[in-house]
Amino acid sequence: MQGFLKKQELFLRKPLNVWSRLCLVLAAVCLGASFFFPLWEIRLVAPQYRDGLELYIYSYQLQAGNDGQHLDEINLLNHYIGMQPIREADFVEMTWIPFAFGIFILLSLRGVVFGRMGNVVDLFVLFAYFGLFSMGNFYYRLYSYGHNLDPRAPMTIEPFTPVLFGKNRIANFTQFSYPDTGSYFLMAFGLLILVAGVLSLREKPIVPEEAV
Amino acid sequence: MRFVPKSRFPRWIPLLATLPILGACAPDDVTRDNDRRSPAELSYVAPGDFDDYYLFYSGGHSGNVFVAGIPSMRHIVTIPVFTKYPGKGYGYDDVTKELLGDYTWGDIHHPALSKTDGLYDGRWLFVNDNAHNRVARIDLRDFKVKEILGPIPNTSGNHGSSFVTENTEYIMGGTRFSAPIPKGTYAHPEEYEDAFNGVITGIRVDPDTGDMSVGWQVLTPPFNWDLSSTGKGPSSGWAFFTSYNTEMAHTVLEANASQLDRDLGAAVNWRAAEQAVADGNYTEIDGVPVIDPAEVPGVMYFLPIAKSPHGMDTDPSGQWIVAGGKLDPTAGVYSFEKIQAAIEAEDFEDEKRGVPVLNFDSVLEGQVPVGLGPLHTQFDGRGNAYTSMFIDSQVAKWRLPPWSDEEKADLESVVVDKIDVHYNIGHLVVGGSDTREPYGNWLVAMNKHAVGRHIKVGPGIPETSQLIDITGDEMRMVKEAFTDKEPHFAQILRADKIDPIEVYPRAENEHPHAIWSFDDAEIVRNGDSVEVKMISIRSRFVPDIVDVRQGDTVTFHITNTEQTPGLTHGFGIGEMDISGNIDPGETKSFTVEMDKPGVFPFYCTVFCSALHQEMQGYISVRPAEETE
Repeated sequence: MQGFLKKQELFLRKPLNVWSRLCLVLAAVCLGASFFFPLWEIRLVAPQYRDGLELYIYSYQLQAGNDGQHLDEINLLNHYIGMQPIREADFVEMTWIPFAFGIFILLSLRGVVFGRMGNVVDLFVLFAYFGLFSMGNFYYRLYSYGHNLDPRAPMTIEPFTPVLFGKNRIANFTQFSYPDTGSYFLMAFGLLILVAGVLSLREKPIVPEEAV
Repeated sequence: MRFVPKSRFPRWIPLLATLPILGACAPDDVTRDNDRRSPAELSYVAPGDFDDYYLFYSGGHSGNVFVAGIPSMRHIVTIPVFTKYPGKGYGYDDVTKELLGDYTWGDIHHPALSKTDGLYDGRWLFVNDNAHNRVARIDLRDFKVKEILGPIPNTSGNHGSSFVTENTEYIMGGTRFSAPIPKGTYAHPEEYEDAFNGVITGIRVDPDTGDMSVGWQVLTPPFNWDLSSTGKGPSSGWAFFTSYNTEMAHTVLEANASQLDRDLGAAVNWRAAEQAVADGNYTEIDGVPVIDPAEVPGVMYFLPIAKSPHGMDTDPSGQWIVAGGKLDPTAGVYSFEKIQAAIEAEDFEDEKRGVPVLNFDSVLEGQVPVGLGPLHTQFDGRGNAYTSMFIDSQVAKWRLPPWSDEEKADLESVVVDKIDVHYNIGHLVVGGSDTREPYGNWLVAMNKHAVGRHIKVGPGIPETSQLIDITGDEMRMVKEAFTDKEPHFAQILRADKIDPIEVYPRAENEHPHAIWSFDDAEIVRNGDSVEVKMISIRSRFVPDIVDVRQGDTVTFHITNTEQTPGLTHGFGIGEMDISGNIDPGETKSFTVEMDKPGVFPFYCTVFCSALHQEMQGYISVRPAEETE
C-alpha cells in the first residue's frame, strides 16, 4: 500500500515536457474557440418544413434559424401539444457554463506554468465530471420539455423525451440532434489534455531533496 | 429468329451527344439547340421546379393582373388591382378600400415594368385603367398595389398607357375617347370637332418612392389616342403614339373613322414638354398644366400612319419605330433619324391645329407586307420583328432595316417566317422587347378567340395564350394556356431579376396599432367608436370575444404575428361583408358599423392549420335600447 501511494505521488510529480505544455496551450485555445460555435444542433424536418427548423445551442445562448424565427415556429407548433415554450432565459446553465470554461482555461494555463502531471490529472477529472454533468443536465432538460405537457393542450400525446443524439420521429417531424462544431472543440480539449499527460509519461519525477 | 447485331458504337457516344443539350438549359443560353427538344420537353417544368420567367398579364376588365410562369404557362397567382378580390382580402380593409375608391372595376390593358437605363429594374409594375382613367403601381417586392392615381383629369379612356420611359421618369398616357375638357363641361357630340379635345399625358414617377403624379398634358385634336411606346438611344426623350379617327367622327366610328387612308400618330418630345411646364408655357386645366403644342413648337409632331393603327413600337436600338394599320396589310417602319431630319428641314406635308404633320414619304423607311390586320410588334434584339395579325390569325417574323436595295424593292423578302395562332391575336409579347436588351427566346401570343380549343365551358369562353419558341430560324408553337378575360398585353421578367418577400419582417411593421404580444391585445372605447387591437396566430384570435353596442363604429386592427411563409390568416365576418387577409407580419384595419344587434361570428378564412376550423370568435352587439 505504502509503495502504491509512493508510486502515485511520484507519478503526479512528473514534470510536463515542452510538448505536453504546448498541448495544454492548444487545449486552452480550443476551449476558447468552442465559445464561438454552437455545441449542439437540433433540426426538425417535416414535409412543409423541407429545409428544417433549426435550433443551435451555444454554451451561453440559444440561436435559431431564420434570425430566430425558427424558435418561435417550434414554440408555436409545440403549443399544440402543450409543451412549455423554449426560452433562452430558462437555460440557467448558460450563465455558469462560460464561467466554467474560464476556469478550465485558467487550469490549463496553470498546468503550462506549474508543469506537473498532477495539474493534468486535476484538469481531466474535473472536465470529465463537467462533461458528464452537462450531458445529464441536457438530457434532463429534454426530458422535462417532453414530460411537463399542459393537459389542456389541443392535442394529447404520450410524454416523450426528444432525442439527445441521433434522430427520432415525433408526429410529422423527424428530429435530428447532433453535436456541432463547438462540441468538437470541447472533445479536442479533452483529447489534448490526455495527450499532454501521455507525452510526459516517461519523464522522471521531480523529487524534493529530503526525500532522496 | 433474327440476328440482332451489337452496336459498334461505344455506349458513351450518345451520352456525350446530350451534353450540349444539357448545357443549353440556362435561360440565356437557348440557341438553336432547343429546336431538337420536343415542345413538351421545352415547356415541362417538373413539380417542385421553378419557371425561368414571370409573365405579367393584364386581366382586362377583370381589373386584375395574372401572373404565370414561362415556359410552363402555369397561372401562379392573381394580383387584384381595380376590383375587390375576396380571395386575397383585397378591397375590404381600410387601406385597400380607400385605394379602390368608389369604382368596383377597372380595365387593365397594358402593364409596364419599371426601367433603369433602358432595362427592367424589377421595382414596379404599372398598369392602366382604360375605363376610369387610372394608373396603378404594383410593388414587385410583395406583388401588391401600393398606389392608384386618378381618375386623371381631362382624360376619358386612358388607353395609351402605361408605357414607361428609359429611367421610369414618366408613364405615358393618352385619351382614347376625346371629350370636352375639363370634365363636366357639356357639349353635344355633334359639336365634336370644335368642342372636344384629346390629351396626351405624362405621369411623373418619383424615382425613390415610385409615387405618381400627373406631370403635364399636351392638348390635341379629338383623335382617339390608342397606343404608345417610348424612345431610347437616339430617340431618348421622345414618345410615340398612334391614334385612329383622324376623321374626327363622333358616331358610327367603324365606318366614319375609317374613311382616310392614313391616321395621324404623334411624336412627342417629352423633355420639351417638361421644359415648357418649367418655363410656364401652359394653361392649367383641372389642376394639370396643359400645353398647347401650337403655342410651343417642338413638343409634338404628327406622323401619318396606315389606316387604323394600333401598336407603335420602338425597337431595342431606338432607331426604328414600327406601326401597322389594322386595315392595311403592312407594318410601317419609321426611321427616327429621318424624323429628326424632317423636323430640321421643316419637311411637313400639312398641319393640324398648328401642329406640323411630317412628310410621310420622308420619314418612312418602308412598309413591310406582313399580312392582314397587323396590330402590334415586338423585337428579339437580333434584328427581327414579330408582328401580330388579327385578321390572318398569324404572327409574322420579319427583319428590321437596314435593308439592301434589292430588299427595299421587294419588302416581301424580309418577311422570313409566319406561324398560325388560334385565333385572332391581339397583342404579343417578347420578354424585354421594350428594353435595350430583349431576352429574345419566348414569344407569347394573346389571342382573342379560343373557340374550339378547349373542353367546353359554356358560352363565356376564355382566351388563349400561346407560347412560341423564337430561338430558331422558324417559330415553333410550344404550349397553349387559357386565361380569364382578358389579357391585352403582358410583360415578361426574368425570375432571378427579383426576390420578393414572403413574410413582412416584424421590424418593418409601422402600423400604429400593431401588437405582438397577447398581453397588448385590448378593446378601447372612445364614445361610439371602438378600437380592437387583435392578434391572429395559429390557431386563434386574441381577443376572440368582442363586446360592443349597436351603433358603434368598430375598427379591428389585426396583426398576424406569424413570421412563417404561407401563414396568412383570414378575417371573415358573416353578414357584415368583410373578407380580410392578413399576411405574416402584417397589420390590417377593418372598420365596421355595428348597425344590427345580435351575435356575429368571425373566423379565419384561410386554411392555416389543423385547428383552422376552430379559429373563430364572436362579436356580440348589445341592442341600443339595452344600453344604459
